[in-house]
Amino acid sequence: MIGASSLFTVAVFAPLFGAIIAGLFGAGLFGPSIGDRGARAVSVGLMVLATVCGLGALSGALSQGSPTLAVPVSDWIQAGGFRAPWTLRFDMLSVEMVAMVTLVSTLIHIYSIGYMSHETNPVSRFFAYLSLFTFAMLMLVSSDNLIQLFFGWEGVGLASYLLIGYWYDRPSANAAAIKAFVVNRVADLFFMVGIALLFALFGTVSYDNIFALVPDHQAAMYHLFGTDMRAYEVIGVLLFIGAMGKSAQLFFHTWLPDAMEGPTPVSALIHAATMVTAGVFLLARMSPLIEFAPVTKDLVVLIGASTCFFAATVGLVQPDIKRTIAYSTCSQLGYMFMACGVGVYQAGMFHLTTHAFFKALLFLGAGSVIHALHDEQDMFKMGGLARKLPVTCAVMWIGSLALAGIPPFAGWWSKDAIIDATFIAGTGPGYYGWLLGSLTAFLTALYSGRLLFLVFHGKPRDAQLAEHAHESGPVILGPLVVLAIGAAFAGAAFAPWFIGGRQAGFWNGAIFTAPGNAVLASLEQVPVLITLVPTVLALLGAATSYYAYVAKPELPARLATQYGSLYRFLLNKWYFDELYDRIFVRPYEAIARLFWHVGEEDIAEGVPDGIGRLTSGGSMQLVRVQTGSIAVYAFTMLIGLVVLISTFLVFR
Amino acid sequence: MHLPLLSLVTFLPLLGALVLLLVRGTPDGAPRASSDTARWIALWTSVVVWLLSVVLWLSYDPSVAGFQFQQRVDWMPALGISFHLGLDGISLLFVLLATTLTPIAILASWRLIDSRVRDYMLAILLLETTLIGVFAALDFVVFYVFYEATLIPASLLIGVWGGPKRVFASLKFFLFTFGGSLFMLIALIAMWQIAGTTDIPTLLATHFTPHAQGWMFLCLVLAFGVKLPIFPLHGWLSDAYAEAPAPATALIAGVLSKAGAYGFLRFAISMLPDASHRAAPWMIGLGIVAVIYAAAVALAQTDMKRMIAYSSFSHMGLVLVGLFTLNAAGVAGAVFQMLSHGIIIAGLFLAIAMLTSRVGTGEIAGFGGVAHRMPRLATLAMLFAMANIGLPGTGAFVGELLVMIGAIQVGFWVALLSGMSMILGAVYMLVLYRRVMFGAAKSALGVLRDLTGPELAVLAPLALITLWMGIYPSSFTRVFDPGVRVLAQMEHDSQHAPQQAMLPGLSEAAR
Repeated sequence: MIGASSLFTVAVFAPLFGAIIAGLFGAGLFGPSIGDRGARAVSVGLMVLATVCGLGALSGALSQGSPTLAVPVSDWIQAGGFRAPWTLRFDMLSVEMVAMVTLVSTLIHIYSIGYMSHETNPVSRFFAYLSLFTFAMLMLVSSDNLIQLFFGWEGVGLASYLLIGYWYDRPSANAAAIKAFVVNRVADLFFMVGIALLFALFGTVSYDNIFALVPDHQAAMYHLFGTDMRAYEVIGVLLFIGAMGKSAQLFFHTWLPDAMEGPTPVSALIHAATMVTAGVFLLARMSPLIEFAPVTKDLVVLIGASTCFFAATVGLVQPDIKRTIAYSTCSQLGYMFMACGVGVYQAGMFHLTTHAFFKALLFLGAGSVIHALHDEQDMFKMGGLARKLPVTCAVMWIGSLALAGIPPFAGWWSKDAIIDATFIAGTGPGYYGWLLGSLTAFLTALYSGRLLFLVFHGKPRDAQLAEHAHESGPVILGPLVVLAIGAAFAGAAFAPWFIGGRQAGFWNGAIFTAPGNAVLASLEQVPVLITLVPTVLALLGAATSYYAYVAKPELPARLATQYGSLYRFLLNKWYFDELYDRIFVRPYEAIARLFWHVGEEDIAEGVPDGIGRLTSGGSMQLVRVQTGSIAVYAFTMLIGLVVLISTFLVFR
Repeated sequence: MHLPLLSLVTFLPLLGALVLLLVRGTPDGAPRASSDTARWIALWTSVVVWLLSVVLWLSYDPSVAGFQFQQRVDWMPALGISFHLGLDGISLLFVLLATTLTPIAILASWRLIDSRVRDYMLAILLLETTLIGVFAALDFVVFYVFYEATLIPASLLIGVWGGPKRVFASLKFFLFTFGGSLFMLIALIAMWQIAGTTDIPTLLATHFTPHAQGWMFLCLVLAFGVKLPIFPLHGWLSDAYAEAPAPATALIAGVLSKAGAYGFLRFAISMLPDASHRAAPWMIGLGIVAVIYAAAVALAQTDMKRMIAYSSFSHMGLVLVGLFTLNAAGVAGAVFQMLSHGIIIAGLFLAIAMLTSRVGTGEIAGFGGVAHRMPRLATLAMLFAMANIGLPGTGAFVGELLVMIGAIQVGFWVALLSGMSMILGAVYMLVLYRRVMFGAAKSALGVLRDLTGPELAVLAPLALITLWMGIYPSSFTRVFDPGVRVLAQMEHDSQHAPQQAMLPGLSEAAR
């Protein structure tokens, strides 16, 4: 048992060393340099080490029956009655995430060697950021208390900010980076307040202690907005708002599509295995608490289902290949939240894992296309690339089939389980989730097909562009093939462990299911007709996309002009950005200016300045702070002392 | 304790200043090297002081209650006034903050200041003595004298070596603080009248009537509120911070402003618990206003230094909130926030100075793409910016977290609104960073040389301390935590509050 947990520790910390070495010595900023090549080698090498250790820890955990261990590292914060140590938590939830994150991240590191090879500037900074990001994510998933989770949480926020803005010459990249950071911070504030409230209630932030105390405080009420609410619901909603920010759920989703300004491997890392899934992970991690907050769970289903549908409609009309995939991420995260909301966190984690494979694959595949076309991202300029990019095309097909939920690819297993679960839950929000989830299955297949047909099939729309296209090298294709294997088989392979017969032993308490919650157990009892609905809709969606983009390619354009307002509504992402600009950004800028010019210049500084001018008038001129003025100060000081001492003498 | 270590730490800078008087001042226009003697004397003095203060830190025993390293010399025994010095865990760390920032400020001034170097160094060393004296004083009169005395070197530093509006800024700074101090004098005399002594440990044990407490508290708010500053007593701040030479700004914003907060903690909260409880909602309100208002004003600024000046104001608002939560977590958070803020704000002001001294302007609009030319500066500035935002792993996070833990025990909205600094701070810092560092390199900026070795020696220690405070804060909390807990317990007892009511709004239904 010692072995597995120390492998686990190495897996978590190896990327940190990679980041430090590549960052400090790659470009030789602060001393000796190991060169760009050296930095890449160290960073990738340590990632490979992390992956080996991560997978080793996973197999160790499996062979030992998923034990739960704490690996203390050091003291951290300990003051004012508050305590949060640095401790790693070794249980199936964290081990599974560490194995998956290190594996996907390593593939992305390797891929980046090829993808960033045309950069004129040194790329050691890029690899340092990638490794830093991975470390932060690993700290997040392996945390033993909420504060350490928040450390990782903010760490991935920082790294994503740095990565999105990697090409800092580009104004759009800088704007997107700031947007990502700030939108996340808004959600993080609520998260932080939630943690504070949780500490106030339980007197601890470490998971084991919280979970042990959950039964004791069930009846606790918290007075807010003039009424008494159950404290668990308030905490649950606050934590969920934090999760919404990181996982780009509706109202907090605006940063995610813009984040496509970063290099493509970044999109894969942020949107596939890691950052955006942190919210889902949080709910699974806090399942012992969330299970006792039914209102929160309903809210999670409602938001998840709405996001799922909303993002799919927007993804349907985007011309940019990466933005299409970004919206699909948003949409798939909605599915994961739905699963958590109906109490089947296991299915949420399952979809999270399969999604990591096929979404990383899709992004990296898109990157391969973009790379081949010299940074062209507009799908309406592509077409007919299947012959030029055969491997990329094949893996993109696999990834898209997995995403669309076509059996037997990975996505089908996890997505179907979620949609079935929403039906079985039998609640109002559950049916809402089932309805939108099923509709979205159709939309998902439709936009996935649209992407494939626009990019790889039909006639090239830009002959010159297609002419110069070339398949990528093995450094890029290798990771794609590995991920494609995952996208094809991970569903069938993992299903028994994550949600099937072996799940109880697999999770071994890492995910909590409330005694009355039988949704997971009754998954098999869903009526056959109902289980077929999403699959049939997905096939229909795929058929529709074939009809619209291959058989009748003029149809989409005609529809777009015919329903112009709807098309623009979708194309402009339901006008969320414009709305936020009007109600948040511009008013705040106006207030800032008002405070400065009126509050500061006229009042806080203006009034004293005015008084000073009135009273001193000409004498101000005399008090030049020049050589002689030391005397003035000393004199004033002396007066003060004289007043002081004489007062003492008088009052004596 | 044979060696009078604390007196040595307090007065060694003064000795250094006296030695500097023996050095012949060099006229303006003399070769730089002729002032090197003065620079070296100042640096060595401050380094020795720093080493001695580290000895204090290491030999402090947190498990012993009360003040340590005490020294007492009768001054006016008939009046109950003595020259009394001593440290508890809280003041010890502020002394350490002052002694750490001073050599760094001196090093940062090395090339930045080349007129009247001897006088400048003299002023810096005098400022150090007075700052240490403020935190080490165990007699209110001694405290008052040191507190007033800080004004002389600080005003001189602004008024002689500052920017174009230096005279005005210096006068305003002086008059504001001096005006506030008059009220402290009133409170001091009132306390002495009642207690018959100005000895701080005795005053701490004295119970003042609630009525007297109210008036004394009001006086202290005016006195320390100017320094902290409390909204709306901050009229001096932006001019003083912006006009002072950066190393002096680092000391004023980093240490001197903490003297105000320290005064609140030592005198207002510890000696006047009833009045503190009554005034706490108002003080927290003022703190929240400062947090949000100053953050908004910061965003609108067009000058880098002024933006950071308002950022500092915003963070001190958070300190005020933490102090007046009057519970252990909040006060511990405030103390930690003060320490980490002192380091971070110094780092930011000094980093900006390294940029402005190369270009000759602090106008944000004049910059762009600096990261291309100065990657070292960009890296360190990013660290300080993120620390200022309160990212976990940096010292600021620990302070903000604890303040929030304390704030939620006062109320939900207190926590949420004071936490707005998390968002608003990120907005102005990232916007500033983008405008200055990112984008295409402006050709108008010409050739910018990246940080030199001595400049790295200024920023790197601050960066390392920032990370240290974020990753292993126990080195610091260990020292002050017992004192904070005792204080919070006293507050608690003074209210005779039932033990259970720790969280307003929270109730456990009968089970």
